[in-house]
Order: sequence, then C-alpha cells, then structure tokens
Amino acid sequence: MTANYAIETYDLKRIYKIRGPKRKDDPAERVALGGVSLQVARGGLFGLLGPNGAGKTTLIKILSTLLLPSSGRALVDGLDVTKDVTEIRRRISMVSGGETSGFGLLTVEENLWMFARFYGLENADAKRRIDEMLEVVGIADRRRTKIADLSTGLRQKMNFIRGFISDPDIIFLDEPTLGLDVTAARDVREFVKRWLRQNPDRTILLTTHYMAEADELCDRLAIIDSGKLLVEDTPAGLKKRVQDEAMFVLKVAPLGKPVEGDRIEDVPGVQRLAVTDHDAHVELTMALTGEDALPGVLAHLSRRGAGLVSLEKREPTLEDVFIQLVGRRLTEAAGVEA
Amino acid sequence: MSTRARKATGITLFWRILWARAYPRIVGAWREKDWLFFETVVPLGTTAGFVFVYRAAGAPPEFAGFAVLGGAMTAFWLNVLWAMGSQLYWDKDGGNLELYVLSPGPLMAILVGMAVGGIFMASVRAVTVIVVASLLFNISYQVSSLPLLILVFLVTMAALYGLGMIFASVFLASGREAWHLANLLQEPIYLVSGFYFPVSALGFWVATFASVIPLTLGMDAIRQIIFSTQSNIGFLPVETELILLCFLAVILLALAWYSLRKLEEIGRRDGRLIERRR
Repeated sequence: MTANYAIETYDLKRIYKIRGPKRKDDPAERVALGGVSLQVARGGLFGLLGPNGAGKTTLIKILSTLLLPSSGRALVDGLDVTKDVTEIRRRISMVSGGETSGFGLLTVEENLWMFARFYGLENADAKRRIDEMLEVVGIADRRRTKIADLSTGLRQKMNFIRGFISDPDIIFLDEPTLGLDVTAARDVREFVKRWLRQNPDRTILLTTHYMAEADELCDRLAIIDSGKLLVEDTPAGLKKRVQDEAMFVLKVAPLGKPVEGDRIEDVPGVQRLAVTDHDAHVELTMALTGEDALPGVLAHLSRRGAGLVSLEKREPTLEDVFIQLVGRRLTEAAGVEA
Repeated sequence: MSTRARKATGITLFWRILWARAYPRIVGAWREKDWLFFETVVPLGTTAGFVFVYRAAGAPPEFAGFAVLGGAMTAFWLNVLWAMGSQLYWDKDGGNLELYVLSPGPLMAILVGMAVGGIFMASVRAVTVIVVASLLFNISYQVSSLPLLILVFLVTMAALYGLGMIFASVFLASGREAWHLANLLQEPIYLVSGFYFPVSALGFWVATFASVIPLTLGMDAIRQIIFSTQSNIGFLPVETELILLCFLAVILLALAWYSLRKLEEIGRRDGRLIERRR
C-alpha cells in the first residue's frame, strides 16, 4: 500500500517535563511542539525553517520514532509512529549536524559497512554501495582513514553516506550543514540535490536555520517558531507574500536614541523593521509600503543625526518572510534546541 | 544508485547486526595493543600477591592456581561492568545510541554483538594472564573433562553477559549515577564471588547469595574441573552448578530482553534516548 503522503502530522504536541532541581517558580514543563499539522507529499525535499528551540528537532525525533508525541498523530509513509515502529525504521534514515557517531578506531569504510549491516544489507551490496558513494561524495581516498583522524567536514560527508547507504524511502536531515565550512556545506548540498534527481520518488525532510540553504534546496518549506507551524508554501510562494512591499537595507552611523513617539516604525509607510548592531554601524532592514515611503524614513534619520553609510533596495528573502511572521530576525531568535 | 537495497529481516538481520557490532571490539583488540599490556600487568600483580600469600601461609599448591584463575576471570567481570553496563551510556553521548535505536533490528542484537566482541577481548586478556602466570608460578592443571569445561565456560558467559545487558539498561536509565554503581560493584564482587579462593570458604548462605552473579558458580565449577585432584573445594557439585547456570542464563537473558524493551519504551516517552545530559 502506498500512502498519499510521505509524512503527515495532525495536531502533534510534545511537552517535556523538566527534571532535576529547580526553583519553586520555575516551570515544570516546556512545550516543544504546540499542535503541529503538516502534510509532506511523496518525492522531493521539504524544509522546516526556524530558529533554535523552534521545535524542528523534536518534530524530527518524533517522526523518526525516537520520541513519542504527548498527543496528536504522526504518520510516516502511512504508518503510525507510535505503533508501526519497526516497519517505519526499515524505511527511514537520519543524519544530524555535528554528528559524532561511529567508532574512532575503525576506518571510514569499516564504519559504513557496520551501519549498512545494521539495516540488514548483504555484504557484497553494502561494499558496492560504499564504494559508489565514497566516489560520489569525493572521499574515496579516505576510505582507510580512521574516523578519529577525519576533519569535521570529512566526517559529516561520511555521516551523509551513512544516512543514505541504507537506501531509505524517507530521510531526515537535521541541520546537516551545521558547523561545516562553506566548501563542505556546498558539497553536502550538491550531494542531496544529486540524490534526489536520481531518486525522484524519495522524500527528504530537512531542518535548517540557514535561509539560503532552505531557499536553494527545498521544493516546499514550512516556517516553525515556538512549537507552532506558521506558514507552508514553496520558497517562491513565501517570498511572494512580501513582494508587494519594498525592501530596503540601510546602514547608518550613528543612530541616536529615538524621541518618544517618533520612532522609525512610526514613520508613515514603514511596515516592519529589523535592527542589527554592528561595530561601526547599525543595519536597518525595513519593509515599506512602497518606494515613496523612503523620503520620510531618510528625513527621520536625518532628524536623529544619523549618517547614511549605504542604502540598498533588494528582492525579498525568506528572512523577510520570517520577520513578517515572527517580528524578529531568524538569527535573533534565541533559545535552546530541544 | 539504481537498484534498491535488499534488506534482511528476522534472524538474518539479528545475525548481521550482531557481527557488525562485535566487529569494532574484535578489531579494536588488535588495533590498540597498549590496552593488552596494561590490562594484563595489573591483574598479574594482584594474582602474584595472592600466590605469594598462599605460598607463605603453606596452602596447598592448587591455591596458587585458584589465584591465577581468579586473575584471569577478572577480565570478564571488568568487561561486563565497563564495556557492557556503561557502554550504552557512552554510546548515547557519542550519538551511536540514536542510530542503534533508529535501525530496524532489535536493540538486543546490538547488545549480543557487544557481548560477543567483549568476550573475545576479555578472552585474549584472560588467556594472556593464565599463560604468563602459569609459567611464572609453575601452575599445573588436571582437567577432568575438556568438553564439560568448555560447556561450563560458555554457559557462564551467557549468564554473565545477560547480567551485563541488564546493567546496560539500568546504567542508561540512571545516567551519570551509573558510574558510581559500576565502581560500587567492582571490588566487592571479587570477594563475595570468590575470585581468588573457593567461594565455599564464605559459608553456604554468602555463597548462595553471591550465586546471583554467574561468575560465582561458573568459577567454582571451572575450579573443580581444572583442579580435579583437589577434593572438597566445590560449593556444589559441578553438574548442579551447570544446571543452575543454565537456569540463570535463561532468566538473565529474558530479563535483559525485557529491560531493553522497557528502556526503549521509557526512553521514547521521556526523551531519554535523545537527551545529552551529564
């Protein structure tokens, strides 16, 4: 039986009980997922974009059967995550960013062989797949290197092979490029895209807080914050939501204190504003109702004695979508990932 | 990758997982040779101490052999405590536990693989201790039945590593406290299980109580088989001890299977499988 969706969740909730010593007024529990409903179609890459602590990892752990939901329902390939555990595990795999799995004294190919056997692959098939994927990922020359001697980037490439070696129908990538340098992250993204081209019937669920990564890879995207799913669409569709507005980035130095009742947000035509402090200047990212609102903003800055360093009009990004939905930048959203 | 991977299920999957997990330990035994030196020298020192005490006290010559046997068997006890009991705890910290649980096979296959690898590693050390100490102290053995010796050893290992699998669940559930638990168990067992002397010397009730640890009956039976000229050293007849060991093996392995299932259930419910907490 083929399920309509690769992944379905219905009002999925997960509440963590906070253990250990705590003060009287500390909360006894924390809501990691506050009722998430989501349908991911079969085939392609679906992204979950959100800051640390948004609930992305918790959702992935539930879908990958490592964690039970507190309430609600989750189906993977049409199978219930609370009941059909073994059958789901046969069909899925997972790769996490910063993963340190494996045994340091084993070589790359030995580690991969071990994990392939955990999924019941035949010896010859496991070795053939390892050979092929080492070539594809570009670490064939490291096959006999002990993994304790690998750099972070090389180790994550090995982790990727580990995740894909079992030939999963659905794979969960949890912040897979976390901590990687630009080149290694690009290689990993290229690998993902190539795998999906070769296997169009497979599904990848990617969590990330890198907007460029989400924009580049995802066919569809959901934005999640504080355990709630805020919106879901294609990256282009999401950006279209803020297309009617004019996006400007202004760098000013210095930006004096605002006068009560005369803040930038109070200038007619300013829809939203995100302020980022840098050493030498302040960056103002703002959405205006139109370009004709700009003179008012510049006049306001002039009143506050701010010198204009640069002014740039740009196309809307996913960050703008996030700011519109959440009211702050993705990078400003602090918290601890569950 | 054009063709779909064929994935085994059932017993074949269990078998493949078992040997895949045993592999790092079997290979590791040869790749990191320094451990062999340190883990052989220390028990040799303890063994030598007992041998000299026995000889100074004028004990029968077989008592030196008892000490050598005890020195060799410590390898298995230490392996069960530190490489079985606390292993899942370290695996959780390193990220392997999630991948074990995520794979479609039973966690029991992983644990049995660890046990097989652990028995191999500990056997290398135990054999080294026996060979070196026997040559050093001129120990002679009178084996009454080699097949019986092998059978008793294998059943003892099955029961002992079944206990190790239970420890793995308990240690994982108790987190950092597992460390203290392992420390607490390590030394007293040398005494109550009669590692360096016949356990019958402790009296019937202490020996009975200590028999919960399979090494107590296992070593007592092995002692009786390999020092067959010495009479009245056994706690119970070898055949009785073998039956009790079989019983213990079944009970402990069944309990291990149950506790692992329970651990996974609780872990999924409370989030303990995915937390990084020390």
